[in-house]
Amino acid sequence: MRYLVALGLIFLCHAGWAQEWEDRQVFNDTGATTSLRIISSTDTDLFAPLIEAFVARHPDVAIEYLVTGTADIDRRFRAAPEAFDIAISSAMDLQLKLTNDGYALALENVSHPAWAEWRQSLFAFTSEPAAIVINRAAFEGLPIPRSRQELIEALRARPDVFRGRVGTYDVRQSGLGYLFATQDARASETFWRLMEVMGGLDVRLYCCSGEMIDDLTEGKIAVAYNVLGSYADARVESQSILEIVLPSDFPTTMMRTAFVSGASGEPEAAERFIQFLIAFQSNRADGTQTLPPLQERDNGADRASIALEPALITFLDTLKRNKFISEWENALIQN
Amino acid sequence: MNSVVVSGSLRNRLVLTLIGGAAVLALILFVVVRNYAVLVAQQGQDRILIASATSMLDSATIRDGAVELDLPYSAFSMLSTAADDRVFYAILQDGTLLSGYEELTFSDAQAFQFDRIRGSDVRKISASRILIGANLRTEIQIVLAQTQDALSETLDQISRNAALLGVGFFALAVGLSFWATSATIGQLGKLTTSVTRRGPQDLSPFTKPVPREMAPLVKSLNSLMGRLDQSLRQSEDFIAEAAHRVRTPLATVRSYAEATLQRVDKEENREAMRSMVKAIDESSRAAGQLLDHAMITFRADHLERDEIDIVDLARDLVQRMTPIAEMRDLSLLLLGDPRVQYSCDPVLIQNAVRNLIDNAMKYGPAESAIEITVTGEPVPRITVCDHGPGFPIHEIETLTARFQRGANAANTIGSGLGLTIARDVAIAHGGRIDLTNQPEGGACVTLSL
Repeated sequence: MRYLVALGLIFLCHAGWAQEWEDRQVFNDTGATTSLRIISSTDTDLFAPLIEAFVARHPDVAIEYLVTGTADIDRRFRAAPEAFDIAISSAMDLQLKLTNDGYALALENVSHPAWAEWRQSLFAFTSEPAAIVINRAAFEGLPIPRSRQELIEALRARPDVFRGRVGTYDVRQSGLGYLFATQDARASETFWRLMEVMGGLDVRLYCCSGEMIDDLTEGKIAVAYNVLGSYADARVESQSILEIVLPSDFPTTMMRTAFVSGASGEPEAAERFIQFLIAFQSNRADGTQTLPPLQERDNGADRASIALEPALITFLDTLKRNKFISEWENALIQN
Repeated sequence: MNSVVVSGSLRNRLVLTLIGGAAVLALILFVVVRNYAVLVAQQGQDRILIASATSMLDSATIRDGAVELDLPYSAFSMLSTAADDRVFYAILQDGTLLSGYEELTFSDAQAFQFDRIRGSDVRKISASRILIGANLRTEIQIVLAQTQDALSETLDQISRNAALLGVGFFALAVGLSFWATSATIGQLGKLTTSVTRRGPQDLSPFTKPVPREMAPLVKSLNSLMGRLDQSLRQSEDFIAEAAHRVRTPLATVRSYAEATLQRVDKEENREAMRSMVKAIDESSRAAGQLLDHAMITFRADHLERDEIDIVDLARDLVQRMTPIAEMRDLSLLLLGDPRVQYSCDPVLIQNAVRNLIDNAMKYGPAESAIEITVTGEPVPRITVCDHGPGFPIHEIETLTARFQRGANAANTIGSGLGLTIARDVAIAHGGRIDLTNQPEGGACVTLSL
């Protein structure tokens, strides 16, 4: 009986590990003595150049790169912090809460500006604005909206064109979408009016930036709100279909963050990876990065950039979250 | 030289007391400043925690019979610190967790507590508020905890500064205590120097101003010296008086003895009388010398200088003493410069030189000459040389002491005061006396002024 239970447990574990990943890739499989498991929300093709550069410099380290959504990262990491060495996510609030809850390892040998790190454990390495991405075809002969207010007016002016053709994050599924939405709501009431308008136009909800951009490119939707500019940027180079608008009223800029798991079996290699990551992202002249670098925050110039501070956990509060989600649903899901 | 029994050092005791006191004070300063800083810093953190909890409680409302709590963003924002302190919170309704960290427990009794949450020491506050709705009365409780990294960084910094302050204070106090000690002990040193510098005869009281605390010491010293001076004077007076009183009857006895000697025929009686005269001479001479010595001691204290020609003085003496010398078949020769002017007490010089010639006549063999040489350069100098046995080599250093006689003087009349008198006179004039032996035999005494 006991054996059966053990077998069952093993099977369950395997089943657990075998659960679906958006992507899973192993770098430097041969000849490595240590291996790092990285759980990340960043698409592999955006992160691969960095990992390849790292394993070229450190041939003794193999890297298993696992991609999943931001909310999923939080869930899986909390369930098994020892299973991952490094967590990389664009959902700053979830990352900060993991750090606050003691899941992150403090790294002594990483030097980073105070505004871009928290507790010497959580390190920001990109600055990425939330963007309005527009399929140019839908605005042929018309001015492209430059702010949220202009977007509201444009949507209201031609409801038949946009019905069923606007998209945004489903904040119930996407951690990053929730972060963008809450920060927008904090910044201005315009957000709620925009949500009302989009709700009236049968908004399509997405889990990830990638799918939104796919649908935009294919013309399934005409406007996507709060898409990661970096993802759109990666494709706009080859396609002239999309227009990326950074709203001029107030920008919402997120910083992608990484931390080493406190339960990591390879803290030394993981620290080397974080050092490399930071150096790679700050060396702008290189031209090999596919992710946007960390922007220096000039005084006041980039105020809306989301700060790494304990206040980020406010919207993660169950009561607060329930209230926000219900308001969001009220605004957006009207039928 | 008497050795003094030393027990401890006033300077060390003073310095140690002051430095020890300073160290204790510096330590107290450090502890007080640090404790005060701890208090102030903790109060600061507590105030922010209260403000945060209050803003959270204020956001609680009852809507449709259910409690709603819309956490304000600022509640956690105000808890941001430079050290990125961790924040934990729990929202409870009548003891049931609504949201937040379940390991935080609400405490009714203590608003502020220290606790340990998820491996970190935290400061925890509990706050509550009663909400009253249409038919609902409920208590909303907030537990808010924050780690103390920023606080301990601040405290470390304050402690470092307090320690620097303490060390600085201590260093200053050490410097001051050394200065104060040497200034205090310096007064004693000054007194010691002025005691040491005094001449052997100087027993006058100290008149220089001294600090009040040393006045009793100086007063006792002065009174001791006064008594010493008085008793010295008394004994000198007594000796002089005694010598004077002995000398006069002795002269009478001597003349009787001389007269008796002329009348006695029996050889053994004559011999006895001669011995008697000799003994009387010796006593008389000793008494004379004691008188001289007392007189010199007195005059040396109150030196009266006259400008005289020492050669003149010596010539006068030689003339006066020649008859006595001739009685012993000795000749006195005056040599040296024709004229030596010098400012001195002539009575003392005369006395000294007479004693030297007297000595020379005692030790000089018959048919020999005694040379008295007076020179003026480089200093006025009177040398008296005889052709006797000379001084015993190993006693040259001690012969000038009072009543000290040479080992070879056993059968010669003398009190041992002659050289002492000469020496005291030389010292009173700021000079000295040197005893030498001539290579061809004979003793020389040089009186340098």
